[in-house]
Amino acid sequence: MTLWGQIGAAALSIFIFTNFGFLLMGSMAQIRARVQGRIGQPVYQPYIDVIKNNARRTAIYHGVMFYLGSVFRLAGGLGTFLFIPVVLGSPLFANFSFSGDVFLVMYFIFFGQLGMALGAGQSGHPYSPIGVSRGLAQMTAFELPFSLAVIALALKHHSLSITTIVQAQQGGIANWTMVTNPLAVIAAVIAFLGMSMHNPFSVVIAPQEIPIGPPTEYQSSLLGMLQTNRAIFNAAKLVLYVNLFFGGASAADGIIYSLFDALLPMVPVWLGVISGVITMMVKSFLLYFVTVFVGVSFPRFRTEQSIRYFLLVPTLIGLAGLILARI
Amino acid sequence: MKTKSVKTVLPNLDLPESDKGYFCDARPEAVEPVKGIWENFLNWARANSLWILGFGTGCGAIELRPLMTSRYDMYRFGIQPRPTPRQSGLFVIGGYASVKTLKRIVRSYEQMQGPKFVLGLGSCTVNGGMYWDSYNTINRLDQYIPVDVYIAGCMPRPEALLAGIKTLQKQIMAGEAEGANDYARNFDWYKANQKKIIKDWNMPDYNW
Repeated sequence: MTLWGQIGAAALSIFIFTNFGFLLMGSMAQIRARVQGRIGQPVYQPYIDVIKNNARRTAIYHGVMFYLGSVFRLAGGLGTFLFIPVVLGSPLFANFSFSGDVFLVMYFIFFGQLGMALGAGQSGHPYSPIGVSRGLAQMTAFELPFSLAVIALALKHHSLSITTIVQAQQGGIANWTMVTNPLAVIAAVIAFLGMSMHNPFSVVIAPQEIPIGPPTEYQSSLLGMLQTNRAIFNAAKLVLYVNLFFGGASAADGIIYSLFDALLPMVPVWLGVISGVITMMVKSFLLYFVTVFVGVSFPRFRTEQSIRYFLLVPTLIGLAGLILARI
Repeated sequence: MKTKSVKTVLPNLDLPESDKGYFCDARPEAVEPVKGIWENFLNWARANSLWILGFGTGCGAIELRPLMTSRYDMYRFGIQPRPTPRQSGLFVIGGYASVKTLKRIVRSYEQMQGPKFVLGLGSCTVNGGMYWDSYNTINRLDQYIPVDVYIAGCMPRPEALLAGIKTLQKQIMAGEAEGANDYARNFDWYKANQKKIIKDWNMPDYNW
């Protein structure tokens, strides 16, 4: 594929998965509402909120870093997504993945938060730095079990390429990391709970405590940008997790594709790709559902409780997963 | 003949000289809506995504809480509370506004980004209600900030509040809720009224 073709394909996958992220946010808000016995907001509410924020007639700026904060955040979300292959075996949804991309993706997950920290610092609101310090502390803590899980995978497959790791998991559930190394997956999923910042790890945004932390001063189109990033970043993290731990999605082994198993020679290539995208979406939805399930069941940790928890339980599980990978 | 618009600077006379550098001294300016289908679409989005500023300014704020519960569930209409004025679009003045609170109301209102809407909840915002001759409350809210919808009653129930919000949504969709522009156009009048009441004015003339 030519460079322009690759850029076009990346734009298409960003478009599809941004919308998926928005609808995921909307549907999960509705699920939470049902748990609380409410009807809840419409599924398309995140779209209206983004349009509304971008349609504000006035905006205030606190300086160059404040402006760049939300730009960095969006760049972090896009960067994370762009280096993860979405559907194995489909050049259209391969993005810009290459050998060693898992390290770059881990860096990009950090990058957006750091950029936001600088921007929020310049806004001058006292709650922003409190949120930032909480966020960075918690991120450092959950990075440990997540890194241990990734190292366990790299040891097992002798590779730092997401494509190779997905390739090794093809051919049925028995090959998924979830089955081959459940301890690493448990550590990583607990880290994911922290990453998605739902309860009990919602110490950064922490409503009723430090109003909304880092983005307190962000408004208008800057807030719109942060909301868009939220959709992309959520989708990117989910795709990464499904790839690393839950078998990923393959253009030759998807849900729709298996329905047409008997007609395999007749099934066109595009149907395989669509089947791969749908498989990825279904798996992502189920994985995200775990965080919502935990989120509606538990109240919020205090910051030090959250950090202690990450450094103790999932880290030990992650270490055990590392040992399991070497056996 | 086209008149050249001149940006006048606010004097910020009540600020000490040493503090003036910390604050912006620009006047607020009215931003005209773009007419046509595009503005109708944006107004639809604004009406269906009202974020209430979580600032309970009087006893009426108690009526805001039930809106979040499963019984009234304001999220159905795209309404949600927001803890910071920067991100909120709807300011619900809950009942009586004492002089001390009025100062905070003005600060919070000015920090909100336009288009912004104000809902006066309870009779106290209409004419002072049972506090009409009190020494430290204001009587008519719309002398100090532009108000889009009033809800009479003492206290109006959450149903009345929801009905008021629905009325506001209709106004926004009809393009009639232009309070932020009215405030910018009649800025001097509003400011004079505010300064008549608030004696310890130790903030800039417009809180950007």
